[in-house]
Amino acid sequence: MNVAVDATKIPAPIFERSPGYWSSVFRRFRRDPVALFAAAVVGVLVLMALFGPWLTPADPYKSSMLARLKPIGTEGYPLGTDELGRDMLSRLMIGARLSLFMGITPVICAFIIGSSLGILAGYAGGAINTVIMRTIDVFYAFPSVLLAIALSGALGAGITNALLSLTIVFVPPIARVAESVTTQVRSRDFVEAARASGADAFTIVRVHVLGNVLGPIFVYSTSLIAVSMILASGLSFLGLGVKPPEPEWGLMLNTLRTAIYTQPWVAALPGAMIFITSISFNTLSDGLRSAMDVKQ
Amino acid sequence: MLAYLFRRIVYTLPIMFGVALVCFALVHLAPGDPLVSVLPADASAELQAQMRTLYGFDRPYPVQFVSWIGRALQGDLGTSIASGRSVSTEVLRAVGNTLILASVATMIGFFFGCLFGFVAGYFRDSWADKTASFLSVVGVSVPHYWLGMVLVIIFAAQLNWLPATGAGPGGSGDWAWDWAHMRHLVLPAITMSVIPMGIISRTVRALVAETLAQEFVVGLRAKGLTDFGVFRHVVKNVAPTALAVMGLQLGYLLGGSILIETVFSWPGTGFLLNSAIFQRDLPLLQGTILVLAMFFVLLNLLVDVVQSTLDPRIARS
Repeated sequence: MNVAVDATKIPAPIFERSPGYWSSVFRRFRRDPVALFAAAVVGVLVLMALFGPWLTPADPYKSSMLARLKPIGTEGYPLGTDELGRDMLSRLMIGARLSLFMGITPVICAFIIGSSLGILAGYAGGAINTVIMRTIDVFYAFPSVLLAIALSGALGAGITNALLSLTIVFVPPIARVAESVTTQVRSRDFVEAARASGADAFTIVRVHVLGNVLGPIFVYSTSLIAVSMILASGLSFLGLGVKPPEPEWGLMLNTLRTAIYTQPWVAALPGAMIFITSISFNTLSDGLRSAMDVKQ
Repeated sequence: MLAYLFRRIVYTLPIMFGVALVCFALVHLAPGDPLVSVLPADASAELQAQMRTLYGFDRPYPVQFVSWIGRALQGDLGTSIASGRSVSTEVLRAVGNTLILASVATMIGFFFGCLFGFVAGYFRDSWADKTASFLSVVGVSVPHYWLGMVLVIIFAAQLNWLPATGAGPGGSGDWAWDWAHMRHLVLPAITMSVIPMGIISRTVRALVAETLAQEFVVGLRAKGLTDFGVFRHVVKNVAPTALAVMGLQLGYLLGGSILIETVFSWPGTGFLLNSAIFQRDLPLLQGTILVLAMFFVLLNLLVDVVQSTLDPRIARS
């Protein structure tokens, strides 16, 4: 798992865009059963995160000393109970909230910061480009997992610090993609024509550049959500993210590690949720990219 | 070629400086007094000031940075606050263990990644391609710390075939290439190999498909070359990039081993980082991160140089 700029994951900027472009993207996406299935799974997870408190069969915080570590399929506990006797099904459902929030927020923040920096560097060029991109290179020179853990380790455990570290990890790859796509667009004739007709830099970026670069940057960013989910839960798994007793899949996996000899399959459940989420986001992002690829 | 090498090295120097600066800043980013874990809660102001002078925390940041870099260049990364031992010694010992784990994992991942990638690229859209592509998506999507736990549950807890934790019998931290030690390597190495497997197989699949679509392949076939002869040409075209990806993956695994090392209690750098973080041992944290990040920067340089030797077109562009 890493966030190297994978060339196979960056869609080319869209130039030959007809008025029906988005409807054709949607049509192509609809014909891809695998991507549709992934979208449905993501939809269910999001619904679970939004309406969790009204859907859970039991109180996810209520512990019971008598019902600790019950196996899957116990009467009243369909997915068993954890080390404090709390209902696993309810905790896994409500866990979608924090887990998705912790995984998606850094990518959204990094998308905003990274694309601003990258578009600025790509469009301005020259000294501004050098300063921004060489600084980005320094952060890019760290393996992503190491940077995330080093930052949250230094800042201390907690949700805000974990979100901050992950945002810093995802800004460099997004900025790199944004810069390279913007540089390609900037050299096109229509930008030259706009400049010749007297448009100022702000107008050119807003009208001619953004529309062509945001799509590719967005698709690349969606491919980072899976990595972000795994890393965010990983931080909580190490004790650097969410703190007990909040239900979060990585943290649940950590506290259940002691149960791998007594109730192994219950202990493995939170990780299975992380896996399902990240594989769905990866598949969804792949489907989105091939639907947006004009060449196909 | 020499000019390219020179350019590449000159480009790396400011990056190394920046990386060192970030590692240094990490300690000062940390909230609270860096000496909080070593001093008793009721330490007198005098003792606190004395300790601060001893560790050099009383001097201005630029002075601290320069003297830290100067000593680091001579191989002295300071003293661990928690254990009192030299950071360099602790890190070197741990790097060896992580290197063993990461290299074996990279080799396993490279072998299966190439196998799946070639099969998928040669037989595009067949069931073999779909299976290989599915496996590579699984490889990049699976939370590896969870995969490690599942493997421990199956092969250690249930079947009792392999040990669950540690790097050797009796929890010894010293490695040896015998079966008693290698048994401990099997599960963590397989867990770790899943990531490079997924990424290498994706890359190789794309490269093979791209190479096979080129005109020179048609030319070779028209010339009457056997399938194996064509295959050799494909391998030659795929190798530089595949090897480069493999090199970078080794770097990512070295830096990202903390989660897997925590699951398997593997006595490497990740394990060291973990204890440095939770004991708030800032010199140890700083030193470990610096060594791992510098290793990654140098590995990047090495990969670029090797790649341009294998494929001279890169240096010329």
